[in-house]
Amino acid sequence: MAITLTQTAATRVEKFLANRGKGIGLRLGVKTTGCSGMAYTLEFVDEMQPEDLSFESHGVKVIVDPKSLVYIDGTELDFTKEGLNEGFKFNNPNVKDECGCGESFTV
Amino acid sequence: MALLQISEPGMSAAPHQHRLAVGIDLGTTNSLVATVRSGMSTVLQDDHGHALLPSVVRYAINGEVIVGHEAQAQQSADPANTISSVKRFMGRGIHDIVDRAHIPYRFVTSQQAQSSKMLQIDTRAGLKTPVEISAEILKTLKARAEKSLGGELVGVVITVPAYFDDAQRQATKDAARLAGLNVLRLLNEPTAAAVAYGLDNASEGTYVIYDLGGGTFDVSILRLAKGVFEVLATNGDSALGGDDFDHRIYCWVLDKVREASKNFVPLNEEDTRLLLNKARQAKEWLTDNFEAQILCKLSTGTLVDVTLTAPQLVEITEHLVTKTLSPTRKAMRDANLSIEDIHGVVLVGGATRMPHIRQAVEDFFKQEPLTNLDPDKVVALGAAIQANALVGNRSDNDLLLLDVTPLSLGLETMGGLVEKIIPRNSTLPIARAQDFTTYKDGQTAMSIHIVQGERELVSDCRSLARFDLRGIPPMAAGAARIRVTFTVDADGLLSVSAREQSTGVEAHIEVKPSYGLTEEEITNMLKASFASAATDKKARMLHEARVSAGAIIQSVNLALKNDGHLINNAEQQAIRDEVARLEAVAQADDAHAINQAVEKLNQATEAFAAARMNASVSLALSGKAINSLEM
Repeated sequence: MAITLTQTAATRVEKFLANRGKGIGLRLGVKTTGCSGMAYTLEFVDEMQPEDLSFESHGVKVIVDPKSLVYIDGTELDFTKEGLNEGFKFNNPNVKDECGCGESFTV
Repeated sequence: MALLQISEPGMSAAPHQHRLAVGIDLGTTNSLVATVRSGMSTVLQDDHGHALLPSVVRYAINGEVIVGHEAQAQQSADPANTISSVKRFMGRGIHDIVDRAHIPYRFVTSQQAQSSKMLQIDTRAGLKTPVEISAEILKTLKARAEKSLGGELVGVVITVPAYFDDAQRQATKDAARLAGLNVLRLLNEPTAAAVAYGLDNASEGTYVIYDLGGGTFDVSILRLAKGVFEVLATNGDSALGGDDFDHRIYCWVLDKVREASKNFVPLNEEDTRLLLNKARQAKEWLTDNFEAQILCKLSTGTLVDVTLTAPQLVEITEHLVTKTLSPTRKAMRDANLSIEDIHGVVLVGGATRMPHIRQAVEDFFKQEPLTNLDPDKVVALGAAIQANALVGNRSDNDLLLLDVTPLSLGLETMGGLVEKIIPRNSTLPIARAQDFTTYKDGQTAMSIHIVQGERELVSDCRSLARFDLRGIPPMAAGAARIRVTFTVDADGLLSVSAREQSTGVEAHIEVKPSYGLTEEEITNMLKASFASAATDKKARMLHEARVSAGAIIQSVNLALKNDGHLINNAEQQAIRDEVARLEAVAQADDAHAINQAVEKLNQATEAFAAARMNASVSLALSGKAINSLEM
């Protein structure tokens, strides 16, 4: 399995990286916190850790640590607009239950 | 599900704890709100895709408050209840508004309103202060931001013109509080523009911010050193902006129409507005095109069809462009800089899109100005970057940019002199303390008078506030130690506290400066301080000499009264003669002579002082066993 980006998400990430002026890619991860167990994190990457795994999707380097990968393997990251709000969205096949807002989840 | 943004490495927020922060450009003509998303500063749009919110507030008949485009559209139909350009009235008293005869609002001029010092406008919804009206604009932007970011805002950075004084800044902060916003900091507009261009990433440099807005022109010169922007000089024209260019085109079109038709009737209000709109469109079109057609049918049936070319626009508005260069020149002169000292020029304000403005600026500074950011949005973008850093969304926290105090802050000491506690151009926030003492024996209270300005005499500075410290225990003059602390927070707002060190009695004041110091006054106060440095120094020396003469005369007289018997009559008379001589000299304006007379009196009292010392020592020792004395 792997982590993928939609074309829209990839274009945005490229734009944000270019604007930031540094960074080698995008890190997806999972933190054990939040109202229903786990929460997603999304960060720029300046340095890779030795244990990190990396994927390539639409020209963007996606980096995940092995512990997080267990929970988000197969995820597709999308970029969408909802009304005036816009941002990234995890389409994660492992999720059994989400909190109302969708910021945290259980597997 | 919630939408996520990309964070800096290691800076991911826990769910529901996103530190949402925005920057707000609260403008005279238009206001904007921006935020940093996934590391990128972006302006937030409303439901219709508009980024700019016209700074117009209308109090409608049904009690509704309408803000923005809709209010602007109703302005001519309901002028008294539709308030625009309220920023001009922020922190102002009724007497500061000199041209109020030409403003359609009903200003409250009653005695009571005047004594409150805050200007009030009588609207359908009751009396409204500029603070309340600005709060309506801020509320609208807050709602837009919270809808766009999907959560409550942790804090905002609001921009203000560099020349805004304490009163105007405080009014802006009050408006934000009224709108339910937590102000992280007020930021100078030119500084925000510089931040948007990332100029704060350089180690140092001197920059010019040329800001031609809808109705105002401001030019600021900033110096960046060690991450701090210092405002070296500001200048401008509060009645010059893009609207004047529209008006010039409008007049030109009218002339053409008059030439063409012999029986031309003056325009009604609706046609005037229509033609002004067409003029603005033509101006904007000519930014990227060679010629613009102005085509419309007036209500009188007259057909207007004229073509304006880019060179014609340059020709008819040349005097307006020149008008911006004279304040620019003045600012350069005030900052004592020449063209070669300038490392970059930033253009702000929609009117700077006009190619001939850019050309004029380029010719003046002999370098190409920075234009790659949208000049309407650049201030808001910079404010958003600062807000993002202040709420802690960045890992490199050294980027916290600071502002400086525009004028020195100090207090009045004996003789009407100013003791400066916080010098001008100190970086904010800052706290400084200084110890003072009592001037008279048994003095139990001290009046603290806080002043702002560069001059040496209180009468030449601006009075900000007064308060009293009471309950000082009676002590000899000079024995009490009173620590006065001045604190200026990151927004440039001052609080002062005084504390008597031995007893801990304390008094405190938050300086809400009396509303109404104009930009001109600040500039004039600065200029006067440079021009009068020499006379000020003389005046200061004279006052100081008089104060010390007064103090010594007082203590000598008191000593003679209490302990005169310790010396013989001839000695007493000699001292009295010197006192009389000093009293006479202190009336005159010669500091040197006063100091000499003080010195002579000191010499004349030496023997007397020694006699008093012996007397008090023997008094303390008499009747006590030697071993009961603690040495």
